[in-house]
Amino acid sequence: MLSYILKRIFSAIPVLLGVTLIVYFIISLIPGDPATAILGSFATPENVKILNSQLGLDKPIWQRYFIWLYNILQGDFGRSFSLNRPVIDEILERFNATIILSGTSFVICSILGILFGILSAAYQYSFIDKLITFIVLVGISIPSFFLGMMLILYFAVSVRWFPVSGMYSLYGGGGLWDLINHLVMPSITLSLVALGVIARLVRSSMLEVLRLDYIKTARAKGVKETRVILSHALRSAIITILPILGLQAGFVLSGSVYIEIVFQWPGIGRMLVDAILTRDIMLVQGGVLFIALCYVLFNILVDILQLWLDPRLLRK
Amino acid sequence: MIGILRATCKIFAVSTLLITFIAHSFAVSANTPDNVLVVGQIAEPKSLDPATVTAVNDFRILMNMYDGLVRYKSGSLEVEPALAKSWEISNGGTTYTFTLKSGIKFHDGSNLDADAVKFNFDRMLDESHPYHDTGPFPLSFFFSAIEKVEVISSDKIKFTLNAPYAPFLSNLAYPTGLIASPEAIKKSGKDFGRNPVGTGAFKFNSWKANEAVIVDKNLNYWDGVAKSDAIIFRPITDGNTRVAEMLSGGLDMMVEVPPVSLSEFSGSEFSIVEQAGPHVWFLILNAKEGPFANKLVRQAANYAINKTAIVEDVLEGTAAVAAGPTPPAFAWAYNNSLSPYPYDPAKAKSLLKEAGVTNAKLTFYVTQGGSGMLDPVAMGTAIQADLSAVGFDVEIKTFEWNTFLGEVNPGLEGKADMAEMAWMTNDPDTLPYLALRTGAWPDKGGFNSGYYSNPEVDKLLEAARSSTDQAERASLYQKMQTIVQDDAPWVFVANWKQNAVTTDKVKNFSLQPSFFLILKDVSK
Repeated sequence: MLSYILKRIFSAIPVLLGVTLIVYFIISLIPGDPATAILGSFATPENVKILNSQLGLDKPIWQRYFIWLYNILQGDFGRSFSLNRPVIDEILERFNATIILSGTSFVICSILGILFGILSAAYQYSFIDKLITFIVLVGISIPSFFLGMMLILYFAVSVRWFPVSGMYSLYGGGGLWDLINHLVMPSITLSLVALGVIARLVRSSMLEVLRLDYIKTARAKGVKETRVILSHALRSAIITILPILGLQAGFVLSGSVYIEIVFQWPGIGRMLVDAILTRDIMLVQGGVLFIALCYVLFNILVDILQLWLDPRLLRK
Repeated sequence: MIGILRATCKIFAVSTLLITFIAHSFAVSANTPDNVLVVGQIAEPKSLDPATVTAVNDFRILMNMYDGLVRYKSGSLEVEPALAKSWEISNGGTTYTFTLKSGIKFHDGSNLDADAVKFNFDRMLDESHPYHDTGPFPLSFFFSAIEKVEVISSDKIKFTLNAPYAPFLSNLAYPTGLIASPEAIKKSGKDFGRNPVGTGAFKFNSWKANEAVIVDKNLNYWDGVAKSDAIIFRPITDGNTRVAEMLSGGLDMMVEVPPVSLSEFSGSEFSIVEQAGPHVWFLILNAKEGPFANKLVRQAANYAINKTAIVEDVLEGTAAVAAGPTPPAFAWAYNNSLSPYPYDPAKAKSLLKEAGVTNAKLTFYVTQGGSGMLDPVAMGTAIQADLSAVGFDVEIKTFEWNTFLGEVNPGLEGKADMAEMAWMTNDPDTLPYLALRTGAWPDKGGFNSGYYSNPEVDKLLEAARSSTDQAERASLYQKMQTIVQDDAPWVFVANWKQNAVTTDKVKNFSLQPSFFLILKDVSK
């Protein structure tokens, strides 16, 4: 088990390297550069050249990548061009916000998604199944940014239950309740699509299991239906559900990018979008590395959980 | 199985109750606190170090925290004393000697003296200065005319320029000329932009990334203490979210209201403020090659485009039709006798006929959006339709802003016949000098991407730059405007009116033609 875990952790390193390499070259290859973004209308070729050399961008791309990599290994994430501050400070400041938002959304979509999936499988073709399928389809189909805007218009502007944007009230705010109050709308918006996907996949894997012989045996033995579903069927279905949760966690993390824009959530996603627009390659790299790291770590965790639930996998 | 259903229902009921409870216990939190102004900004500031920033969004905060030697008079773009009490111009406009007001202190308690002023300019301009590495300073070319800065006494400082340069004073009033505390720069180094210290009406309190910049009033301000206790600048990038936040009571004022949202604020609990600024939105025409090399065709384009429709329908009245290259906000230099090219497709057609141009194919560079570009895609499409109506065949190519600048600024030759562009400047010299002179063709380091050239205009602009007499400069600029309007190197489209919305509680607020936000005397 331990050697498996270590192997998985080491195999994550090339993944992270690959991600940073690809992102670095894509950002370098798209037209426009940080100096043009900073100078705006004042970007003459001459001014751009001067500023680029001041920013250290006059070296070839591959050379810059290796300098970046070397510095990362020493714990130096570089300075953001556009914000003129260390990338690591910016990421650490925003790290919490993203984890809180996507963590909450992930918990919501996992719990409700699994519950909905089980219910629709247990009551296949009934009214409940159809109702859940309908809700789930609507959830998957509505673009999140649109749903976010609509929630804002109704719940924040019309009835004023929740604040429009931000993470804490800037005056007299702070504390858990204030945070939860700000978290309700963005986390619901963000969790909806993943909730739908999880519910659909849980439904189908539960249905598959429910058809198996041992379920019939259990029912024939006279085991209570709740127990059949929760202990017998869900337990074996969960092994196929877990990797889905791992994938959806990635979806929630990357989905937070536009939810953070609509709700002005001070997280990594917002930062990444600004960084791309200003061609702030250091900040983009830092942000992407962070998101990739979260994603990879979460998937390792899921794999380990799966092994723990079904040790037979280790033998394969 | 019923158990699962029951459990789900329970979870639902409990969470709905919880959400309702949370909502109700906080329903009042949307109100902003007394005597603290909450301002909705369009983006997160890049830095609060005035020497390193370029965006109006950042300037709006900086102008409340720092002072320059001079500043713009309220409601105009004319210069008046600020940290300097007076100045003398000598040696044919190449020497400026300022006398500083006495007893002014930075927020950190250090003294504002001639040494502090020298430190600021040397930091920006002298590569061997020990704090030059706190840059880069992208707009330092505003002061590239400065040859040396000398301290005469603790309250007297002398700037020597390499040639007479009339916009010098108004450049000093620009945020790049704001004076920061040398002690604080020495202490914070490269992180000064996050720990700013100036002499202004408000002093820095805190900056939470992507949430707010908070400044408190400076009780020792030399020009009278501010009316509000503090200002909270909130960056809200998404225009719709900004509008929603304003409607829900989370902001006291917001700038740059999207034109389509203006009607949301027609109620008596809001007031809309408008101010024309030193902005001009135009089309650069490629005068070097293709159909626009002919002046008649350039004029035809000016007649063919229905600018009134663009300003009223596309921009919902948030701009005025431009008559020439200089915006009317530069009241002293503006030529009032100019009237915009009227919308006259018949005249355009006859000019095209006279020029012998039929079915000319045009490549038109349009951007998706950028600083001062208003609604470039919709405007570009309207322009395309108007030009097609008089017989041009216009192909639009759309670029993201940075890519667009990278294509347009090096010149349109061999690529395009016309391109959208907009400028906001602080002096009537800046735009024509950088974008209409022969010496400003892209290969010479300027922004004349359409290769317009008229020796008469070059002469007028050089003369206006070296004169220090405002009346003389004004008459030179006015002549230049008449010639340029007739030569039509651009299609003059719109002058943007900056807007802002405040709640009815906000008193004494007005927008400045400089597009800066001066909040010292605003109360709530």
